[in-house]
Amino acid sequence: MEKRVLVIEDEPNISEALRFILTRNGWQVEVSADGQAALGRLQNDPPDLLILDLMLPGITGFDILRSLRSQSLTRDLPVLMLTAKGQAADRVEAERLGVTRFMTKPFANAEVLAAVHAMARA
Amino acid sequence: MSFNMLVLTCIGYVIFLFAVASAAERSAAAGRARWLRSSTIYTLSLSVYCTAWTFYGAVGYAARSGLEFMTIYLGPTLVFVGWWVLLRKLVRIGRENRVTSIADMISARYGKSNLLGVIVTLLCIAAGAPYIALQLQSIAQSFTVFVSDPDAMGLSTDRNLIAFWVAVGLAFFTIAFGTRTLDANEQHHGVVTAIAVEAVVKLVALLAVGIFVVWFVASGPSDILTRIDAQALPEWEIQPGRWTGLILLSAIAIVCLPRMFQVAVVENTEDRHLATASWAFPLYLFLISLFVLPIAVIGMELMPEGSNPDMFVLTLPLYLGQDGLALLSFLGGFSAATSMVIVAALALSTMVSNHIVVPLWLRMRAARQRDTGDMRLLVLNVRRLSITMILALGYIYYVITGGSGALAAIGLIAFVGVAQCLPALIGALYWRGASRTGAALGLIVGSIIWFYALFLPSFGPDIFLSARVMESGPFDLAWLRPYSLFGLTTLDPLLHALFWSLLLNVLAFCAGSMFSFPSPIERVQSALFVNVYERAGPARSWTRPVAEAEDLLPMAQRIFGASEAQTFFRVQAAAQGKQGFLPDITPEFLEALELKLAGSVGAATAHAMLAQSVGTAVVSVEDLMAVASETAQIMEYSAQLEAKSEELTRTARKLREANDKLQTLSVQKDAFLSQISHELRTPMTSIRAFSEILMDAEGMSDEEQTHFARIIHDESIRLTRLLDDLLDLSVLEHGQVQLNITPANLRELIDKSITASNSVQADRTFALHRSRDSEDIEILTDAGRLSQVFINVLSNSRKYCDADHPRMKIKVQRRKGMIEVDFIDNGSGIPRDKQALIFEKFSRLTDSLQAGGAGLGLAICREIMHNLGGEIAYVPGQGGAAFRVSFPVSLQARDALSRPGKDATEAAE
Repeated sequence: MEKRVLVIEDEPNISEALRFILTRNGWQVEVSADGQAALGRLQNDPPDLLILDLMLPGITGFDILRSLRSQSLTRDLPVLMLTAKGQAADRVEAERLGVTRFMTKPFANAEVLAAVHAMARA
Repeated sequence: MSFNMLVLTCIGYVIFLFAVASAAERSAAAGRARWLRSSTIYTLSLSVYCTAWTFYGAVGYAARSGLEFMTIYLGPTLVFVGWWVLLRKLVRIGRENRVTSIADMISARYGKSNLLGVIVTLLCIAAGAPYIALQLQSIAQSFTVFVSDPDAMGLSTDRNLIAFWVAVGLAFFTIAFGTRTLDANEQHHGVVTAIAVEAVVKLVALLAVGIFVVWFVASGPSDILTRIDAQALPEWEIQPGRWTGLILLSAIAIVCLPRMFQVAVVENTEDRHLATASWAFPLYLFLISLFVLPIAVIGMELMPEGSNPDMFVLTLPLYLGQDGLALLSFLGGFSAATSMVIVAALALSTMVSNHIVVPLWLRMRAARQRDTGDMRLLVLNVRRLSITMILALGYIYYVITGGSGALAAIGLIAFVGVAQCLPALIGALYWRGASRTGAALGLIVGSIIWFYALFLPSFGPDIFLSARVMESGPFDLAWLRPYSLFGLTTLDPLLHALFWSLLLNVLAFCAGSMFSFPSPIERVQSALFVNVYERAGPARSWTRPVAEAEDLLPMAQRIFGASEAQTFFRVQAAAQGKQGFLPDITPEFLEALELKLAGSVGAATAHAMLAQSVGTAVVSVEDLMAVASETAQIMEYSAQLEAKSEELTRTARKLREANDKLQTLSVQKDAFLSQISHELRTPMTSIRAFSEILMDAEGMSDEEQTHFARIIHDESIRLTRLLDDLLDLSVLEHGQVQLNITPANLRELIDKSITASNSVQADRTFALHRSRDSEDIEILTDAGRLSQVFINVLSNSRKYCDADHPRMKIKVQRRKGMIEVDFIDNGSGIPRDKQALIFEKFSRLTDSLQAGGAGLGLAICREIMHNLGGEIAYVPGQGGAAFRVSFPVSLQARDALSRPGKDATEAAE
C-alpha cells in the first residue's frame, strides 16, 4: 500500500514540484496551502509523513509542529520542515519542538527524497 | 601733726600701695604668685563695701540711732550666708560671658541692648556721685580734724579746697592704677591686691582703736556693756519696719553696687573663692562692726559736747593723746575712702567707655570710614577721661550739698539708686520671659522716682526743689510731694523712696516683659543666662581654659581626614622643634590651624570651632550668622551639584534611548535581511526543483515539460523584479535618485497608467469612473515616477478588489498648489489594524501568488512621493480601498533636492 504524505506549503510552485517528485517515487501526495485547515485534518487522519513549510499565512510551522507533538496520535509523526529563512535560530527552535528533519530552501530534489525515505523506514 | 607732714604721709602710703599693685601685676603676668588669685585676696577685696562711711560713719550712726547701723552689715551677711546661690549664678554668668560691668550684664542679657547699658550707666553715675562725695567729705573732715596747725597754711581749713585736692589726687591715683593696661576681661590683679592690703589696714586700724577703747579707756567688755546701758537713748529703740527696709536695702546694694559687682563678679576667677567668701566676708563684717558701739559710747561720754560723732574713730585717740593710734586710724579711713573711689571710678569708667563713648565713636567713625585700627589707646583715654569726670561729679555733689549731711544718709541715697537695677538683674538670672522692654521700663520708672523722691531732695531745699514743692508738691499737687508720693506719709523719706521706686519698678518690669515679645537674640541670651549651669557642664571648661593639642587633633581629623591632620600637626610640632604629633598651643599654631580649617569649613565656622575648643573666646551672634551664611553657600553648591546630576541623568537617558534605537534598528536590519533572504530563496527553490525535474525528463509529456519551463521562467522574472524593486527602494531611500522633471498632462498620465495596469489579471473588467475635465492639468514633475505610483495603486486594486463587479473611481482636486488624485474601489478595503502597515516593506497582507510581488510596491510608492515633494496615504471610510496621491503642480528642483537632505539628517540621528 502506498504511503501517504501531506505537504503544507503556501507557494503553489514549490508544492507542485514536491508533489511531482514524491508521486514519481511512489508516494500518495496531498497538498494544503492553508495550515490551519490542514492541522484539523492531520489530527483526524494523520498521514505517514508530513512536509511542513515554516512561513505560512496566519499560522507558523512551529505552531503546527507544537500542536502535533502534543497530540498522542501525531506525537511520533515524522515531520520534514522546510524553510526559506535560513536562520540558525529557527533550526534550534524546530529541534526543540521535536522536528524529525530540518532542511533549508532551495533544496536538491534527491536530498528531499532521501530524507523522506529514511524517515519512512525509521 | 602738721598739714605738710600729713600730706606726705598720704602720698607715701599711696606710693606703697602702688608698689604693691605693680608687684602683683608683674607676678601675675609672669604666671607666678597663685596666691594673688586666692580666696583670701578675693574676700578681702570684697571689703571695698566698707568705705569711709563704714569706717567713720558707722560710729556716728550708732551714736545717733543705736544698733540701726547693724542693718548695713546684716544685709550683705544675709546675702553671702543665705543667698550665695544667687551670687554664684551671677559670678558664673559674669565670667562665662566676659561681663565687664553690671551695665554690661543687663545689656547682654536683654539682647545686647545698648539702650539698657546707657540707662544703667547713667543711673550708676548718678548714684555714684553722692557716694564719692561721701568719701571726699570724710577725707576732708579727717584732714581738718587731724591737722594740728590749722592756720599754718591759709587755705588749709577750707574743706572744699581740701576735697578738691583729694579728688584730684584720687583721680590721678585711679588712672595710674587702673588704666595702665587694657585687659581683655577687665580684670585688674594689681588693683585688687592693693585693695586687699587696704582692707587689712582698715580692719587693723578699727580693731586697734576698738581694743584701745575697751581695754585701755574702759576696763574691759563688762564695763563697756554697763556704759552702753547707761547711754540708752529713746532713739536706740529697734524699729522693725525701718530695720527690715534697711537690711533689704543693704542686701540689694551688695549685689547691685557697681564697685561690688566689679570685685565680686568681674574680678572673680574661680567659683570656690565665692564659697570661701560666703563665710569669710561676713566674718570680716562682724570684726569691723565689733567695736563700733563701744567707740560710739566712749566717744559720747568723753568727747566735748558738739563733737562730730562721725569722727570719733579719729578724734578719740587724738583727744586721748594717742597720736600713733590716730595716724593708724587716719590711714584706715584713708584706705576705706580710696579703695572705694578707685574701684567705683574704675567700674563706672568701664561702663561709660563701653556703653556710651565707644558706641558713639564707632558710629561716627563708621559713617566716615571703615577702619579696624587698634582702639586700645582710645579706650584707655576714654577711661582716663571718664575717671576724671566721675570724680568731678562727686566733687560737685559735695560742694552743692555743702558737705553737711550725715555720712550714712548720703550712702543710703546711693543704695536706693543702684537698687533700681535689682529687678532687671534678678529677672536676667531667673526669668526667661523677662524682656528688654520690661527691663527698660522698670529701670526708667524706678530711676525717675528715686531721682525725684530722694536724690534731688538730698541736695537740700531750694537747690533743685524749692521748699514749697517739698511742702505741698509741684503745682500744689499734694500727691506729688517728693517725700509723700501718692499720699503715703507714714514712711521716712528713705523707705518711702525705696518702697515706691522698687514697687513701680517691679510692676513696670513685669508688665513690660509680659506685653512685649523678645527678639531672637534676647531669647538666645535669656537661655544662656537662666540655664547657665545646664550649659556649662564640668568645671574643667574654664579652670583649664586652653585646649590641649590632644583635643584639637581629633577635631582636625574629623575635618581633614586622619593622615592630613596628623601630617599638619607633625609639621607644626617640628617647626616648634618638638617630636611627635602634638605641638604646643601657641597663638601662631592656632592661627595656622584656623587658617587651614577655614579652607575646609569657611572662616567663620573655623573661628567658632576653634573658639569652642580653645575656650578663650565667646562665639558671638555675628559668628553664628557667618556660619549660617557659609552653610547657605554649601547648600547652594549642593543644589548646583544636584542640577548637574540631573543633567547627567538626562544625558544618560538620551544615550540609553539612542542605544535602544540602534538596537531596534539592528533588529529591523536583521529582520529585513531575513525577509529578503526568504523572498529570494522562495523563487529559487521553485527554479531549482523544476530544473532538476527537467534534467531528468524521461517519460514526461511535452505539455508537462513546457509547463515546468514556464514556471521556471515566471519565477526567474519574479526574482528579477524583486531585485529591481530592492534596488529601486534602496536608491529612493538613500536619496540618490535622479529625477527627470518634465512638463506633462495629468490626464494623459492617468490614461497611460490605466493601460499599463490592465495587464494585471487581464480577465477582470473594471468599471472606471473619471472626471476627465478636472484631470486636464499641466504639471511639472518626474512623469515616469508618478505614473509608477499610479500603476502600482491601480494594479493593487485589480489584484485585491474582492467585489463581484469591481469599480474604480478616480477623483482629482487642486488645493493650494497641490494636486490630489484619489483612487477608490468598491472592494472590502483594508482592515483598520493593517492600514498603518501597508506602506512598510514586505507587508503583504495575503498570499504571494495573488499579489505576485514581494510586498515592496507601496513602500516604493511612499519613497517616490517623498522624492516628488508629495505623499501617498490610505483614506479610510470611502466604502472600499482608497488611496490619495498628492503632489505639487510644479515641482521645483530645490524641493526635490531638499528631501534627500532631510532624510539624510533623519538617518544620521
